[in-house]
Amino acid sequence: MNEVLRRYGPGLTAAIVALCAFWVVMLIVLPQLLMVDFSLRPSLPPAKLGGPEDVYTIKNYITLWNNTIHRSIFFQTIWASALVTAITFAVCYPVAYFMAQVARPKSLPLLILLLVIPFWINELLRTFAWYIILAFNGPLNLALVWLGILDQPIRLLGSPAGVIVGMVYVYILFMVFPLYNAIESLDRNQIEAARDLGSGWLRIHRRIVIPHAKPGIAVGCIMTFMLAAGSYAVPALLGGPSSRWFTEIIYNWFFEGGNWNQGAAYAFILLILCVGFILLMMRIFKVGLTDVAK
Amino acid sequence: MTADRVRSSLVTAYMVLFFSYLFLPLIIMTAATFNTSRFPTVAPWMGFTLDWFTVLWNDGAMWTALWTSFLIGVGVIVLAVPIGLSAALLLYRLHSKARTVLYAVMVSPLLTPGVIIGISTLVFWDRWLDVKGGIFLTVIAQSSFIAAYAMLLFMARLQRFDLTLEEAALDLGASHLQVFRRITLPYLMPAILSAAFIAFLQSFENYNTTIFVRGLDTTLTVYIASKVRTGLTPAVNALSVIMIGLTILGAFIYEIARRRDAARQESVKRRAVQADMALPGADYRQQCCRQRLASRSVSNS
Repeated sequence: MNEVLRRYGPGLTAAIVALCAFWVVMLIVLPQLLMVDFSLRPSLPPAKLGGPEDVYTIKNYITLWNNTIHRSIFFQTIWASALVTAITFAVCYPVAYFMAQVARPKSLPLLILLLVIPFWINELLRTFAWYIILAFNGPLNLALVWLGILDQPIRLLGSPAGVIVGMVYVYILFMVFPLYNAIESLDRNQIEAARDLGSGWLRIHRRIVIPHAKPGIAVGCIMTFMLAAGSYAVPALLGGPSSRWFTEIIYNWFFEGGNWNQGAAYAFILLILCVGFILLMMRIFKVGLTDVAK
Repeated sequence: MTADRVRSSLVTAYMVLFFSYLFLPLIIMTAATFNTSRFPTVAPWMGFTLDWFTVLWNDGAMWTALWTSFLIGVGVIVLAVPIGLSAALLLYRLHSKARTVLYAVMVSPLLTPGVIIGISTLVFWDRWLDVKGGIFLTVIAQSSFIAAYAMLLFMARLQRFDLTLEEAALDLGASHLQVFRRITLPYLMPAILSAAFIAFLQSFENYNTTIFVRGLDTTLTVYIASKVRTGLTPAVNALSVIMIGLTILGAFIYEIARRRDAARQESVKRRAVQADMALPGADYRQQCCRQRLASRSVSNS
């Protein structure tokens, strides 16, 4: 701290510290802490706040366990997010490997540009594109019927499959780039050496490429899972009654049920889930926080 | 030989398939803008039209939403960029254990789902400070994580900052404010511009955080989502096409500016080294430089 003061002088230091303090205290720490505090209190009319009924309770957390519909949506969200993460990884791994190790250096800038362009486009618009494709009279149904795979169009919008397909599309780029960055730093000679020594391609990937790419895999999985579990836009646009997402339940507690305390409890459960997933990935792939937050 | 060829053509086919998957949805969405059909679709094709752009232009609600999004974006630049800058400058000078903790707290919003940032901001500001949802609260909520992006941009640039410039200016009697204004700030200017650009774009695109803190205000993303669910016409596609066009244009300008700056940095450094080498006593100075760098990396770790 002394060095800060020596370097920037009292005036600037005060401004820097004030801005940082405002950010950390008012925008990050207090909102999170008080959301938890709020979730541990019953929902009361303003007149009763601070009264004898305003005590700490875990009632709001028990609701999730007792409400079978909410509970099943919660587990469905976890399962579907994990599925989205797995599919995204499976789709992206060959692409990342190809770009990092196989593609000619000359064509690489073009490939990266082609990947970056969709990345810049709004998540909501990318979801909307799938809304059109999945529509009952949309191109996908038409193509499937034309190919003879389906006899007649089926309802794709509002089905869990529709939501998952849309999420894979929307979040795929958060998997490609970490994977590419990780595989790119692998020395090509290692692969050559393994091949010369008689390794098959499956073994080369299992024993050399994947272990080397661990930090990238962890980052990609964390980002994808977190975005999927916390997504509101995709299920709101592509989902229906049979594919409700946990975030939609939270939203309804706030703006339809009018029970903010209950909503805060659900939000905290979602946060715990995401933090748990991050810690799990960091443990499995043995990476630190500085690798993740880049 | 043949096995190799089969494999390489399979790989090429996969890449073609992958990029079609990335772009086909966007192409279909764009094409649907120019179809006369009342519902946005490409089949059946009922004739080419530009009417949906007119419909969009005449939609007053769209203009209101656009203005709201713009105000919020400017608000986020004004709040998040200075915060990100101060945080980077502070972390740059801290070498203690506090730095690790502070860094973890400051990047934590990037690892928090957007809906939770919206909810926690709403609960805290509404219930404890009695600030209701609206444009101001949206700026607050978005800034809490956009400031972290800005901070990371500044930290990346500060890594290449030549500390001796500040030291020299201070030794020669400049005040702290002068050093900041004449040396630190100009050096960081490219990062400030890109941070402002990224901040505006992130704010403009945001949906998951905004829906909780917007109050009765409607941003452009909220407008699009509500249109998709009620009263969807290809006018929404027209808006999407415009936004995609602007985004790609912005991305190109950003990329070009970034590359040009990187190239300039490189050439300045090369010229400086050449000039230095041409002067007498170069070996000695190089040694000093190396020693100083070594001692700095020790104190950093």
